[in-house]
Amino acid sequence: MNDFVAPPIDWAAVSPVLIVLAAGVLGVLLEAFVPEKARRTTQLTLTLAALAGSLVAVGLLWDRVQENALSVVGGSYLLTPFGLGVQAVIGVCALLGVLVVAERTTTGQDAFAPAAAAVPGTAYEDETRRAGLQQTEIYPLLLFSTGGMLLFPATDDLIVMFVALEVLSLPLYVLCATARRRRLLSQEAAFKYFVLGAFASALFVFGIALVYGFAGTVRLQGVVQVLADPSVSPLGSMPALVVVGLLLVLSGLLFKIGAAPLHAWTPDVYQGAPTPITGFMAACTKAAAMGALVRVLFTLANGLDPATRHDVEVALWAVAILTMLIGTVVGAVQTDVKRLLAYSAIAHAGFLLVGVVGMDEAGSRAVLFYLLAYGLASVGAFAVVTLVRERTVSGDDTGDGATGTVPDDGVVLGEATRLAQWAGLGRKAPWLTAAFSLFLLSMAGIPLTAGFVAKFGVFSAAVEAGAWPLALLGVLASAVSVFFYVRVIVLMVLTPPPGGEQGTAPAGVASSGTTARDQQGGGTATVTGAATRTLVSRTVVTVVGSRGPAAFAIAVCAVGVLLLGILPAGALDLVGQAAQFRP
Amino acid sequence: MEITHYLGLAAILFAIGAATVLLRRNAIVVFMGVELMLNATNLAFVTFARIHGDVTGQVLAFFVMVVAAAEVVVGLAIIITIFRSRRSASVDDVNLLHS
Repeated sequence: MNDFVAPPIDWAAVSPVLIVLAAGVLGVLLEAFVPEKARRTTQLTLTLAALAGSLVAVGLLWDRVQENALSVVGGSYLLTPFGLGVQAVIGVCALLGVLVVAERTTTGQDAFAPAAAAVPGTAYEDETRRAGLQQTEIYPLLLFSTGGMLLFPATDDLIVMFVALEVLSLPLYVLCATARRRRLLSQEAAFKYFVLGAFASALFVFGIALVYGFAGTVRLQGVVQVLADPSVSPLGSMPALVVVGLLLVLSGLLFKIGAAPLHAWTPDVYQGAPTPITGFMAACTKAAAMGALVRVLFTLANGLDPATRHDVEVALWAVAILTMLIGTVVGAVQTDVKRLLAYSAIAHAGFLLVGVVGMDEAGSRAVLFYLLAYGLASVGAFAVVTLVRERTVSGDDTGDGATGTVPDDGVVLGEATRLAQWAGLGRKAPWLTAAFSLFLLSMAGIPLTAGFVAKFGVFSAAVEAGAWPLALLGVLASAVSVFFYVRVIVLMVLTPPPGGEQGTAPAGVASSGTTARDQQGGGTATVTGAATRTLVSRTVVTVVGSRGPAAFAIAVCAVGVLLLGILPAGALDLVGQAAQFRP
Repeated sequence: MEITHYLGLAAILFAIGAATVLLRRNAIVVFMGVELMLNATNLAFVTFARIHGDVTGQVLAFFVMVVAAAEVVVGLAIIITIFRSRRSASVDDVNLLHS
């Protein structure tokens, strides 16, 4: 009875993940026990506290990990400096992302459906809206997802990696379906993400099975040992197993970062999901999956024999080139802001892969900095998108009798995501436009922004590794992408609002639109294409005020992007410490 | 029975599952394809466990089962939500997002 020996577990090393997951469990209980009125505040406090606590834990572990990697339960949880660095990036981006999620704007509504299970367009849905219900379950879901992301790059065990992949994905599928507006699109996005995500994770786990068949273990270190001495495994004479397995595992990971042959879900899901979730997903999922990709690739590929390793490199080259190409070329013709940012996310996946091909320390350093730079810009950019809205125009002149009921301001609707609607935004909201332009410039890699330092890092890592043609292609793709980012900035700053060009509007709208614009003064602009929309015949684009959290997040992201661009030394030092081998 | 028979069966099941996901139109059937892929993986895991003579592979199969169960919960919830709002479970009808 007394011969039970508890396994020695270094709880401190696991704490960044444990804090977040425990808070998620607590959040589910809070749903049941906290009265409805206090629920949102409680959940939000818990979520922010947990994420901040996790970041503090990461900070406390930082020096310890520098000495040697912390291995818990024989490598099931392996905290290397690089893994901890990725956790730090995820923590920062998740914290900012949750602030955007919590934003209710001056309209008093967040971006989520009052009851996501209600069928769109039914009386029940109207009732939930009127009752002002809130779906506070999104906070525990976000925590679970973040917990999976934190675990993903910090394990040496492929099956733990698989479980982490599912823990991070499943809540995201649900979150994608919870948008307050355009609910059919949102559900559709969730469905697409789910089907393709499940397919990718099935590929991932079949790859694990093959690697296990080759080595008899799913620990990456164990597999590398078997690769060095194949005689210890019954199937050691079949290296094809591990190569195919590695490729399948990589496909699963490339799906998550949105790389080329497996990128098809990205634009649809980014467009359909609630925008705060899109921002969170873009920044954090990419960081987590990239962290895991670097871990798998750098460990396994370095164990392969030179010829096979070369084949893997060729495959990576092809994926990187295709990804950059699709991201920039298709991105250049997008007319929807969220889709544009999605294609930009694909292009960035390509740039990240350029940094990875060398499979060395310079590469992991560059990738880590890139993830931070892209994460900040991406959370910030999507936060801006949540604030640019459509608003109905009160129509006294249309004689539809609505004048008495509709207040002068009209009703604020969903986000104005069509690019044409963003024309002239610079006059309405100069600060917001400035911030958005800054994020776009950073994504384009213009000097004095974080994106420049990041891109310089990945391209020079590729050149050091001898992959200069790839780096050259990357620079070219980057140059092309500058055009489509600058196109948006020009549209916002220089193009007059479309209300000024009445000639292009359908006749009926044009006349009443002018009146409306006169009433609204210079603060709004009519949208000429609005007549084609089904729900409301006339809307204007308006910028809703933030109640604090989103504005704060945007400000932090903007300052971060600038600081990383102008004074990158401090961050580069930290990243350099984090990138010490092994990944 | 050769060991390759088991592995061949696993590979065939996996391929059938993958083809189902990529080719079939009904969301539920697509979903069953994913499940088939995961179960093919389980077969591969236990076969390899037998070859290596350890239980790791069998334990891994349990992990995959648990994950598959969790996936069913989320997946069916999403499919039913879509079915309730559109009265259709066809993958082809889910196409609002292609602008």
